[in-house]
Amino acid sequence: MSIATYTRCMGGIVGREGLRWVHQRGRFISALVRPLVWLAIFAAGFRFVLGVSIIAPYETYVPYEVYIAPGLIAMIQLFNGMQSSLSMVYDREMGSMKTLMISPFPRWFLLLSKLLAGVAVSVVQAYIFLAIAWFWEIEPPPLGYLAVLPALILSGLMLGALGLVLSSFVKQLENFAGVMNFVIFPMFFASSALYPLWRVKESSLFLWWVCQLNPFTSATEMIRFALYDQIDPVSIAVVTGCAIVFMAAAVIGYDPGRGFMARRGAAD
Amino acid sequence: MTPALEVAGLSHRFGKRTVLDDIGFTVSPGSFTVLLGPNGAGKTTLFALVTRLYHATQGRIAVFGRDFRADPQAALARMGVVFQQSTLDLDLTVEQNLRYHAALHGMASSVSRPLIAAELERVGLLERRHDRTRDLSGGQRRRVELARALLHKPALLLMDEPTAGLDFESRAFLLRHVRHLCADRGLAVLWATHLIEEADETDIVILRAGRIVAQGLSQDVVTNAGATGLQDAFERLLRVPA
Repeated sequence: MSIATYTRCMGGIVGREGLRWVHQRGRFISALVRPLVWLAIFAAGFRFVLGVSIIAPYETYVPYEVYIAPGLIAMIQLFNGMQSSLSMVYDREMGSMKTLMISPFPRWFLLLSKLLAGVAVSVVQAYIFLAIAWFWEIEPPPLGYLAVLPALILSGLMLGALGLVLSSFVKQLENFAGVMNFVIFPMFFASSALYPLWRVKESSLFLWWVCQLNPFTSATEMIRFALYDQIDPVSIAVVTGCAIVFMAAAVIGYDPGRGFMARRGAAD
Repeated sequence: MTPALEVAGLSHRFGKRTVLDDIGFTVSPGSFTVLLGPNGAGKTTLFALVTRLYHATQGRIAVFGRDFRADPQAALARMGVVFQQSTLDLDLTVEQNLRYHAALHGMASSVSRPLIAAELERVGLLERRHDRTRDLSGGQRRRVELARALLHKPALLLMDEPTAGLDFESRAFLLRHVRHLCADRGLAVLWATHLIEEADETDIVILRAGRIVAQGLSQDVVTNAGATGLQDAFERLLRVPA
Protein backbone atom coordinates (compact mmCIF):
# COMPACT_ATOMS: atom_id res chain seq x y z
CA MET A 1 0.00 0.00 0.00
CA SER A 2 1.26 3.43 -0.94
CA ILE A 3 1.54 6.58 1.13
CA ALA A 4 -1.47 7.97 -0.76
CA THR A 5 -3.71 5.11 0.42
CA TYR A 6 -2.51 5.58 4.01
CA THR A 7 -3.29 9.31 3.74
CA ARG A 8 -6.79 8.61 2.40
CA CYS A 9 -7.47 6.14 5.18
CA MET A 10 -6.36 8.62 7.84
CA GLY A 11 -8.32 11.41 6.12
CA GLY A 12 -11.44 9.24 6.19
CA ILE A 13 -11.08 8.51 9.93
CA VAL A 14 -10.43 12.18 10.78
CA GLY A 15 -13.32 13.25 8.53
CA ARG A 16 -15.73 10.86 10.22
CA GLU A 17 -14.73 12.11 13.67
CA GLY A 18 -15.28 15.69 12.48
CA LEU A 19 -18.73 14.80 11.12
CA ARG A 20 -19.69 13.10 14.36
CA TRP A 21 -18.53 16.15 16.28
CA VAL A 22 -20.65 18.45 14.13
CA HIS A 23 -23.66 16.15 14.48
CA GLN A 24 -23.34 15.89 18.26
CA ARG A 25 -23.94 19.54 19.08
CA GLY A 26 -24.47 18.78 22.75
CA ARG A 27 -20.96 17.41 22.98
CA PHE A 28 -19.53 20.48 21.28
CA ILE A 29 -21.43 22.95 23.42
CA SER A 30 -20.71 21.18 26.70
CA ALA A 31 -17.02 21.04 25.82
CA LEU A 32 -17.03 24.83 25.57
CA VAL A 33 -19.43 25.64 28.37
CA ARG A 34 -17.55 23.56 30.95
CA PRO A 35 -14.31 25.61 30.91
CA LEU A 36 -16.25 28.85 30.51
CA VAL A 37 -18.20 28.08 33.67
CA TRP A 38 -14.90 27.63 35.48
CA LEU A 39 -13.61 30.86 34.03
CA ALA A 40 -16.72 32.96 34.58
CA ILE A 41 -17.84 31.65 37.96
CA PHE A 42 -15.11 29.72 39.72
CA ALA A 43 -12.30 32.08 38.78
CA ALA A 44 -14.38 35.16 39.60
CA GLY A 45 -15.14 33.76 43.03
CA PHE A 46 -11.63 32.65 43.82
CA ARG A 47 -9.62 35.52 42.45
CA PHE A 48 -9.61 37.24 45.81
CA VAL A 49 -9.05 34.05 47.82
CA LEU A 50 -6.12 32.64 45.90
CA GLY A 51 -3.25 35.03 45.48
CA VAL A 52 -0.84 34.14 42.72
CA SER A 53 2.72 35.34 43.11
CA ILE A 54 4.94 36.02 40.14
CA ILE A 55 5.95 32.65 38.73
CA ALA A 56 7.33 31.66 35.35
CA PRO A 57 6.27 32.12 32.59
CA TYR A 58 4.43 35.22 33.82
CA GLU A 59 6.49 38.38 34.18
CA THR A 60 4.11 40.17 36.47
CA TYR A 61 1.25 39.48 38.85
CA VAL A 62 -1.58 37.93 36.87
CA PRO A 63 -5.30 37.74 37.67
CA TYR A 64 -6.52 34.28 38.65
CA GLU A 65 -8.44 33.93 35.36
CA VAL A 66 -5.19 34.29 33.45
CA TYR A 67 -3.54 31.68 35.67
CA ILE A 68 -6.19 28.99 35.21
CA ALA A 69 -6.72 29.52 31.44
CA PRO A 70 -3.98 27.03 30.35
CA GLY A 71 -5.32 24.49 32.86
CA LEU A 72 -8.78 24.88 31.39
CA ILE A 73 -7.39 24.30 27.89
CA ALA A 74 -5.77 21.12 29.16
CA MET A 75 -9.12 20.24 30.73
CA ILE A 76 -10.83 20.60 27.35
CA GLN A 77 -8.30 18.14 25.97
CA LEU A 78 -8.64 15.78 28.93
CA PHE A 79 -12.42 15.63 28.53
CA ASN A 80 -12.03 15.30 24.80
CA GLY A 81 -9.63 12.39 25.21
CA MET A 82 -12.09 10.69 27.52
CA GLN A 83 -14.96 11.50 25.16
CA SER A 84 -13.09 9.83 22.30
CA SER A 85 -12.46 6.89 24.55
CA LEU A 86 -16.14 6.78 25.43
CA SER A 87 -17.01 6.80 21.75
CA MET A 88 -14.61 3.86 21.22
CA VAL A 89 -16.47 1.86 23.86
CA TYR A 90 -19.77 2.98 22.32
CA ASP A 91 -18.56 1.97 18.86
CA ARG A 92 -17.52 -1.37 20.23
CA GLU A 93 -20.88 -1.98 21.85
CA MET A 94 -22.75 -0.77 18.78
CA GLY A 95 -20.53 -2.74 16.42
CA SER A 96 -19.18 0.12 14.30
CA MET A 97 -15.71 -0.53 15.73
CA LYS A 98 -15.64 -3.68 13.59
CA THR A 99 -15.78 -1.53 10.46
CA LEU A 100 -12.55 0.10 11.55
CA MET A 101 -10.86 -3.10 12.68
CA ILE A 102 -11.40 -5.02 9.43
CA SER A 103 -9.74 -2.30 7.39
CA PRO A 104 -6.68 -3.81 5.69
CA PHE A 105 -4.38 -1.18 7.20
CA PRO A 106 -2.21 -2.14 10.20
CA ARG A 107 -4.02 -1.83 13.48
CA TRP A 108 -1.48 0.55 14.99
CA PHE A 109 -2.07 2.90 12.07
CA LEU A 110 -5.85 2.75 12.51
CA LEU A 111 -5.49 3.54 16.21
CA LEU A 112 -3.05 6.36 15.49
CA SER A 113 -5.49 7.82 12.95
CA LYS A 114 -8.32 7.57 15.46
CA LEU A 115 -6.11 9.30 17.99
CA LEU A 116 -5.15 12.11 15.59
CA ALA A 117 -8.81 12.60 14.71
CA GLY A 118 -9.58 13.21 18.39
CA VAL A 119 -6.58 15.54 18.70
CA ALA A 120 -7.75 17.60 15.70
CA VAL A 121 -11.15 18.08 17.34
CA SER A 122 -9.60 19.03 20.69
CA VAL A 123 -7.23 21.57 19.11
CA VAL A 124 -10.13 23.32 17.35
CA GLN A 125 -12.04 23.41 20.65
CA ALA A 126 -9.01 24.85 22.46
CA TYR A 127 -8.71 27.69 19.93
CA ILE A 128 -12.43 28.47 20.15
CA PHE A 129 -12.00 28.65 23.94
CA LEU A 130 -8.99 30.96 23.56
CA ALA A 131 -11.01 33.22 21.28
CA ILE A 132 -13.81 33.51 23.83
CA ALA A 133 -11.36 33.83 26.74
CA TRP A 134 -9.93 36.95 25.07
CA PHE A 135 -13.03 38.76 26.33
CA TRP A 136 -11.97 37.84 29.88
CA GLU A 137 -8.75 39.69 29.23
CA ILE A 138 -6.79 36.52 28.74
CA GLU A 139 -4.52 38.01 26.13
CA PRO A 140 -1.34 36.03 25.58
CA PRO A 141 1.24 37.49 23.16
CA PRO A 142 0.25 37.04 19.48
CA LEU A 143 3.12 34.60 18.89
CA GLY A 144 1.85 32.54 21.83
CA TYR A 145 -1.24 31.59 19.85
CA LEU A 146 1.04 30.00 17.26
CA ALA A 147 3.54 28.53 19.72
CA VAL A 148 0.77 26.78 21.64
CA LEU A 149 -0.25 24.71 18.60
CA PRO A 150 2.49 22.04 18.88
CA ALA A 151 1.92 21.94 22.64
CA LEU A 152 -1.81 21.34 22.07
CA ILE A 153 -1.07 18.57 19.58
CA LEU A 154 1.37 16.88 21.96
CA SER A 155 -0.86 17.10 25.02
CA GLY A 156 -3.86 16.05 22.90
CA LEU A 157 -1.90 12.98 21.80
CA MET A 158 -1.01 12.06 25.37
CA LEU A 159 -4.52 12.51 26.76
CA GLY A 160 -6.13 10.88 23.72
CA ALA A 161 -3.79 7.88 23.99
CA LEU A 162 -4.66 7.62 27.68
CA GLY A 163 -8.32 7.55 26.64
CA LEU A 164 -7.58 4.76 24.16
CA VAL A 165 -5.85 2.69 26.84
CA LEU A 166 -8.81 3.14 29.18
CA SER A 167 -11.27 2.22 26.43
CA SER A 168 -9.42 -1.05 25.88
CA PHE A 169 -9.95 -1.93 29.56
CA VAL A 170 -13.47 -0.63 30.07
CA LYS A 171 -15.76 -3.41 28.95
CA GLN A 172 -19.10 -1.66 29.07
CA LEU A 173 -20.40 1.83 28.64
CA GLU A 174 -21.87 1.79 32.16
CA ASN A 175 -18.40 1.48 33.69
CA PHE A 176 -17.46 4.86 32.35
CA ALA A 177 -18.69 6.70 35.43
CA GLY A 178 -15.79 5.02 37.24
CA VAL A 179 -13.36 6.52 34.76
CA MET A 180 -14.77 9.96 35.54
CA ASN A 181 -14.30 9.47 39.27
CA PHE A 182 -10.99 7.69 39.25
CA VAL A 183 -9.21 9.30 36.30
CA ILE A 184 -10.59 12.66 35.19
CA PHE A 185 -11.26 14.29 38.56
CA PRO A 186 -8.05 13.17 40.32
CA MET A 187 -5.96 14.11 37.29
CA PHE A 188 -7.52 17.54 37.06
CA PHE A 189 -7.53 18.45 40.74
CA ALA A 190 -4.11 16.97 41.61
CA SER A 191 -2.38 19.21 39.09
CA SER A 192 -1.21 22.76 38.57
CA ALA A 193 -4.35 23.57 36.56
CA LEU A 194 -6.21 25.40 39.33
CA TYR A 195 -3.50 26.44 41.77
CA PRO A 196 0.26 26.92 41.59
CA LEU A 197 2.11 23.97 43.07
CA TRP A 198 4.05 26.06 45.61
CA ARG A 199 0.70 26.59 47.30
CA VAL A 200 0.07 22.84 47.36
CA LYS A 201 3.55 22.29 48.79
CA GLU A 202 2.75 24.61 51.68
CA SER A 203 -0.16 22.43 52.74
CA SER A 204 1.09 18.91 51.90
CA LEU A 205 4.44 17.72 50.65
CA PHE A 206 2.95 14.35 49.71
CA LEU A 207 0.24 15.95 47.58
CA TRP A 208 2.86 18.16 45.99
CA TRP A 209 4.72 15.03 44.88
CA VAL A 210 1.50 13.53 43.51
CA CYS A 211 0.87 16.73 41.53
CA GLN A 212 4.45 16.78 40.28
CA LEU A 213 4.23 13.20 39.03
CA ASN A 214 0.83 13.69 37.45
CA PRO A 215 1.36 13.92 33.66
CA PHE A 216 -1.61 16.31 33.49
CA THR A 217 0.50 18.84 35.40
CA SER A 218 3.16 18.55 32.70
CA ALA A 219 0.54 18.99 29.97
CA THR A 220 -0.82 22.09 31.71
CA GLU A 221 2.64 23.60 32.22
CA MET A 222 3.70 22.84 28.66
CA ILE A 223 0.61 24.67 27.37
CA ARG A 224 1.11 27.53 29.86
CA PHE A 225 4.71 28.15 28.78
CA ALA A 226 3.93 27.75 25.08
CA LEU A 227 1.05 30.19 25.32
CA TYR A 228 3.53 32.79 26.55
CA ASP A 229 5.96 31.86 23.80
CA GLN A 230 8.33 29.97 26.09
CA ILE A 231 9.55 26.40 26.31
CA ASP A 232 9.42 24.13 29.35
CA PRO A 233 11.70 21.23 28.31
CA VAL A 234 10.89 19.01 31.31
CA SER A 235 7.14 19.14 30.63
CA ILE A 236 7.67 18.46 26.94
CA ALA A 237 9.82 15.44 27.75
CA VAL A 238 7.31 14.05 30.27
CA VAL A 239 4.32 14.54 27.95
CA THR A 240 6.17 13.00 24.98
CA GLY A 241 7.30 10.01 27.05
CA CYS A 242 3.81 9.43 28.48
CA ALA A 243 2.21 9.75 25.01
CA ILE A 244 4.53 7.04 23.65
CA VAL A 245 3.91 4.71 26.62
CA PHE A 246 0.11 5.20 26.48
CA MET A 247 0.02 4.67 22.72
CA ALA A 248 2.05 1.45 23.01
CA ALA A 249 -0.31 0.24 25.73
CA ALA A 250 -3.32 1.06 23.51
CA VAL A 251 -1.86 -0.92 20.60
CA ILE A 252 -1.38 -3.90 22.94
CA GLY A 253 -4.89 -3.41 24.33
CA TYR A 254 -6.39 -3.58 20.84
CA ASP A 255 -4.21 -6.47 19.65
CA PRO A 256 -6.51 -9.37 18.75
CA GLY A 257 -4.15 -11.85 20.40
CA ARG A 258 -3.36 -10.03 23.62
CA GLY A 259 -5.75 -7.30 24.69
CA PHE A 260 -9.46 -7.19 25.46
CA MET A 261 -10.25 -8.78 22.11
CA ALA A 262 -8.64 -12.00 23.26
CA ARG A 263 -10.37 -11.94 26.63
CA ARG A 264 -13.86 -11.26 25.43
CA GLY A 265 -16.16 -14.01 24.35
CA ALA A 266 -18.29 -13.70 21.24
CA ALA A 267 -22.04 -13.88 21.42
CA ASP A 268 -23.24 -16.46 18.93
CA MET B 1 -8.03 -24.07 -7.97
CA THR B 2 -6.96 -22.07 -4.92
CA PRO B 3 -9.88 -21.83 -2.50
CA ALA B 4 -11.23 -18.37 -1.71
CA LEU B 5 -11.26 -19.32 1.96
CA GLU B 6 -9.49 -22.23 3.56
CA VAL B 7 -9.91 -23.05 7.23
CA ALA B 8 -7.93 -25.99 8.61
CA GLY B 9 -7.53 -27.39 12.12
CA LEU B 10 -8.98 -24.23 13.64
CA SER B 11 -9.69 -24.35 17.38
CA HIS B 12 -10.49 -21.52 19.76
CA ARG B 13 -11.03 -21.20 23.48
CA PHE B 14 -12.30 -18.48 25.78
CA GLY B 15 -10.57 -19.36 29.04
CA LYS B 16 -11.31 -23.05 29.61
CA ARG B 17 -14.34 -23.08 27.34
CA THR B 18 -13.69 -24.52 23.88
CA VAL B 19 -15.89 -22.71 21.37
CA LEU B 20 -14.39 -24.11 18.18
CA ASP B 21 -12.82 -27.53 17.92
CA ASP B 22 -10.73 -28.58 14.94
CA ILE B 23 -12.75 -26.81 12.25
CA GLY B 24 -11.82 -27.39 8.61
CA PHE B 25 -13.61 -26.46 5.38
CA THR B 26 -13.07 -24.54 2.14
CA VAL B 27 -15.10 -22.04 0.13
CA SER B 28 -14.40 -22.13 -3.62
CA PRO B 29 -14.37 -19.02 -5.81
CA GLY B 30 -17.87 -18.33 -7.14
CA SER B 31 -19.53 -20.66 -4.64
CA PHE B 32 -22.29 -19.89 -2.16
CA THR B 33 -21.50 -21.80 1.01
CA VAL B 34 -23.87 -21.81 3.95
CA LEU B 35 -22.55 -22.18 7.47
CA LEU B 36 -25.52 -23.69 9.23
CA GLY B 37 -25.81 -24.02 12.97
CA PRO B 38 -28.10 -23.30 15.88
CA ASN B 39 -27.49 -20.30 18.13
CA GLY B 40 -24.33 -20.80 20.19
CA ALA B 41 -22.75 -23.21 17.69
CA GLY B 42 -19.70 -20.96 17.24
CA LYS B 43 -20.58 -19.22 13.98
CA THR B 44 -19.88 -15.68 15.20
CA THR B 45 -16.60 -16.74 16.82
CA LEU B 46 -15.58 -18.31 13.53
CA PHE B 47 -16.40 -15.05 11.74
CA ALA B 48 -14.44 -13.05 14.31
CA LEU B 49 -11.41 -15.28 13.70
CA VAL B 50 -11.70 -15.13 9.92
CA THR B 51 -11.98 -11.31 10.05
CA ARG B 52 -9.12 -11.08 12.56
CA LEU B 53 -11.21 -9.48 15.29
CA TYR B 54 -9.83 -12.36 17.34
CA HIS B 55 -6.43 -13.87 16.95
CA ALA B 56 -6.41 -17.48 15.78
CA THR B 57 -3.93 -19.30 18.00
CA GLN B 58 -4.48 -22.80 16.66
CA GLY B 59 -5.08 -23.77 13.05
CA ARG B 60 -4.77 -22.11 9.69
CA ILE B 61 -6.90 -19.56 7.87
CA ALA B 62 -5.97 -18.65 4.31
CA VAL B 63 -7.68 -16.28 1.88
CA PHE B 64 -6.86 -17.06 -1.76
CA GLY B 65 -3.87 -19.06 -0.59
CA ARG B 66 -2.46 -16.29 1.61
CA ASP B 67 -2.02 -17.25 5.22
CA PHE B 68 -3.95 -14.87 7.42
CA ARG B 69 -1.33 -14.81 10.14
CA ALA B 70 1.53 -14.04 7.76
CA ASP B 71 -0.29 -11.44 5.67
CA PRO B 72 -3.53 -10.23 7.31
CA GLN B 73 -3.58 -7.00 5.29
CA ALA B 74 -3.72 -8.78 1.92
CA ALA B 75 -6.43 -11.12 3.18
CA LEU B 76 -8.60 -8.32 4.58
CA ALA B 77 -8.26 -6.30 1.37
CA ARG B 78 -9.92 -9.08 -0.62
CA MET B 79 -12.70 -9.63 1.87
CA GLY B 80 -16.08 -7.95 2.34
CA VAL B 81 -17.98 -8.50 5.57
CA VAL B 82 -21.53 -8.01 6.80
CA PHE B 83 -21.71 -8.64 10.53
CA GLN B 84 -24.65 -10.03 12.43
CA GLN B 85 -25.06 -6.79 14.36
CA SER B 86 -25.42 -3.64 12.27
CA THR B 87 -22.16 -1.70 12.06
CA LEU B 88 -23.47 1.43 10.34
CA ASP B 89 -22.94 4.82 11.90
CA LEU B 90 -26.53 5.89 12.48
CA ASP B 91 -25.69 9.60 12.75
CA LEU B 92 -24.15 9.68 9.28
CA THR B 93 -25.89 9.53 5.93
CA VAL B 94 -25.86 6.46 3.71
CA GLU B 95 -23.26 8.03 1.45
CA GLN B 96 -21.06 9.20 4.34
CA ASN B 97 -21.04 5.65 5.71
CA LEU B 98 -19.94 4.30 2.36
CA ARG B 99 -17.34 7.01 1.85
CA TYR B 100 -15.88 6.19 5.26
CA HIS B 101 -15.60 2.53 4.28
CA ALA B 102 -13.96 3.46 0.96
CA ALA B 103 -11.40 5.57 2.83
CA LEU B 104 -10.70 2.67 5.19
CA HIS B 105 -9.71 0.72 2.09
CA GLY B 106 -7.54 3.56 0.84
CA MET B 107 -9.79 4.38 -2.14
CA ALA B 108 -9.60 7.85 -3.69
CA SER B 109 -12.94 9.65 -3.74
CA SER B 110 -12.76 9.94 -7.55
CA VAL B 111 -12.72 6.13 -7.62
CA SER B 112 -15.22 5.51 -4.85
CA ARG B 113 -17.90 8.04 -5.89
CA PRO B 114 -19.12 6.18 -9.02
CA LEU B 115 -18.78 2.83 -7.22
CA ILE B 116 -20.94 4.07 -4.34
CA ALA B 117 -23.61 5.20 -6.79
CA ALA B 118 -23.44 1.88 -8.67
CA GLU B 119 -23.68 -0.29 -5.54
CA LEU B 120 -26.52 1.76 -4.08
CA GLU B 121 -28.33 1.59 -7.40
CA ARG B 122 -27.97 -2.18 -7.38
CA VAL B 123 -29.64 -2.49 -3.97
CA GLY B 124 -32.30 0.09 -4.92
CA LEU B 125 -31.23 2.78 -2.45
CA LEU B 126 -29.55 5.39 -4.62
CA GLU B 127 -32.25 7.98 -3.96
CA ARG B 128 -31.81 7.49 -0.20
CA ARG B 129 -28.08 8.20 -0.22
CA HIS B 130 -28.42 11.58 1.53
CA ASP B 131 -30.67 10.19 4.27
CA ARG B 132 -29.31 9.38 7.67
CA THR B 133 -29.05 5.61 8.16
CA ARG B 134 -31.06 6.04 11.38
CA ASP B 135 -34.07 6.86 9.19
CA LEU B 136 -33.85 3.60 7.20
CA SER B 137 -35.73 0.40 7.96
CA GLY B 138 -33.89 -2.73 9.16
CA GLY B 139 -34.03 -4.26 5.69
CA GLN B 140 -32.73 -1.10 4.04
CA ARG B 141 -29.85 -0.86 6.50
CA ARG B 142 -28.89 -4.42 5.64
CA ARG B 143 -28.87 -3.53 1.97
CA VAL B 144 -26.63 -0.53 2.70
CA GLU B 145 -24.29 -2.85 4.57
CA LEU B 146 -24.19 -5.21 1.63
CA ALA B 147 -23.46 -2.32 -0.78
CA ARG B 148 -20.72 -1.18 1.59
CA ALA B 149 -19.18 -4.66 1.86
CA LEU B 150 -18.95 -4.86 -1.94
CA LEU B 151 -17.57 -1.37 -2.48
CA HIS B 152 -13.89 -2.33 -2.61
CA LYS B 153 -14.61 -5.20 -5.02
CA PRO B 154 -13.84 -8.09 -2.70
CA ALA B 155 -13.54 -11.62 -4.04
CA LEU B 156 -14.80 -13.19 -0.80
CA LEU B 157 -17.93 -12.05 1.00
CA LEU B 158 -18.63 -13.08 4.57
CA MET B 159 -22.15 -12.63 5.88
CA ASP B 160 -22.94 -13.46 9.49
CA GLU B 161 -26.67 -14.11 9.91
CA PRO B 162 -27.49 -11.23 7.56
CA THR B 163 -31.21 -12.02 7.51
CA ALA B 164 -31.66 -12.00 11.29
CA GLY B 165 -34.61 -9.82 12.23
CA LEU B 166 -35.65 -9.10 8.63
CA ASP B 167 -39.11 -9.60 7.16
CA PHE B 168 -39.73 -12.19 4.47
CA GLU B 169 -39.41 -9.76 1.56
CA SER B 170 -36.08 -8.29 2.71
CA ARG B 171 -34.71 -11.76 3.38
CA ALA B 172 -35.68 -13.00 -0.06
CA PHE B 173 -34.17 -9.88 -1.70
CA LEU B 174 -30.87 -10.27 0.13
CA LEU B 175 -30.56 -13.98 -0.58
CA ARG B 176 -31.45 -13.58 -4.25
CA HIS B 177 -29.11 -10.63 -4.66
CA VAL B 178 -26.12 -12.37 -3.11
CA ARG B 179 -26.71 -15.57 -5.08
CA HIS B 180 -26.72 -13.48 -8.26
CA LEU B 181 -23.41 -11.95 -7.23
CA CYS B 182 -21.89 -15.43 -6.97
CA ALA B 183 -23.06 -16.28 -10.45
CA ASP B 184 -22.33 -12.91 -12.09
CA ARG B 185 -19.13 -11.80 -10.43
CA GLY B 186 -17.69 -15.13 -9.36
CA LEU B 187 -17.84 -13.91 -5.79
CA ALA B 188 -17.22 -16.53 -3.09
CA VAL B 189 -19.73 -16.24 -0.26
CA LEU B 190 -19.78 -17.70 3.22
CA TRP B 191 -23.28 -17.16 4.62
CA ALA B 192 -23.93 -18.04 8.24
CA THR B 193 -27.48 -18.76 9.28
CA HIS B 194 -29.66 -20.91 11.48
CA LEU B 195 -32.46 -20.93 8.90
CA ILE B 196 -32.63 -24.17 6.91
CA GLU B 197 -34.50 -22.66 3.97
CA GLU B 198 -31.51 -20.45 3.18
CA ALA B 199 -29.33 -23.55 2.70
CA ASP B 200 -31.28 -25.23 -0.09
CA GLU B 201 -29.18 -26.55 -2.98
CA THR B 202 -25.89 -25.11 -1.83
CA ASP B 203 -22.64 -26.18 -0.29
CA ILE B 204 -23.24 -26.41 3.43
CA VAL B 205 -21.15 -26.73 6.56
CA ILE B 206 -23.13 -27.75 9.64
CA LEU B 207 -21.71 -26.59 12.93
CA ARG B 208 -22.85 -27.89 16.29
CA ALA B 209 -21.32 -26.90 19.63
CA GLY B 210 -18.08 -25.79 17.97
CA ARG B 211 -17.62 -28.89 15.79
CA ILE B 212 -18.44 -29.62 12.17
CA VAL B 213 -20.94 -32.49 12.03
CA ALA B 214 -21.49 -32.53 8.26
CA GLN B 215 -20.36 -30.73 5.12
CA GLY B 216 -20.80 -30.96 1.37
CA LEU B 217 -23.59 -30.36 -1.12
CA SER B 218 -26.91 -30.10 0.70
CA GLN B 219 -28.34 -33.02 -1.31
CA ASP B 220 -25.38 -35.22 -0.32
CA VAL B 221 -25.73 -34.25 3.35
CA VAL B 222 -29.39 -35.29 3.21
CA THR B 223 -28.52 -38.61 1.57
CA ASN B 224 -25.66 -39.38 3.96
CA ALA B 225 -27.87 -38.67 6.95
CA GLY B 226 -30.57 -40.98 5.55
CA ALA B 227 -33.02 -38.10 5.85
CA THR B 228 -36.07 -37.06 3.85
CA GLY B 229 -35.03 -33.43 3.49
CA LEU B 230 -32.58 -30.86 4.75
CA GLN B 231 -34.68 -29.99 7.78
CA ASP B 232 -34.84 -33.65 8.75
CA ALA B 233 -31.09 -34.09 8.15
CA PHE B 234 -30.31 -31.02 10.27
CA GLU B 235 -32.44 -32.26 13.16
CA ARG B 236 -30.90 -35.73 12.99
CA LEU B 237 -27.37 -34.36 12.95
CA LEU B 238 -28.07 -32.13 15.93
CA ARG B 239 -29.47 -35.07 17.87
CA VAL B 240 -26.44 -37.32 17.39
CA PRO B 241 -24.52 -37.54 20.71
CA ALA B 242 -21.19 -35.70 20.65
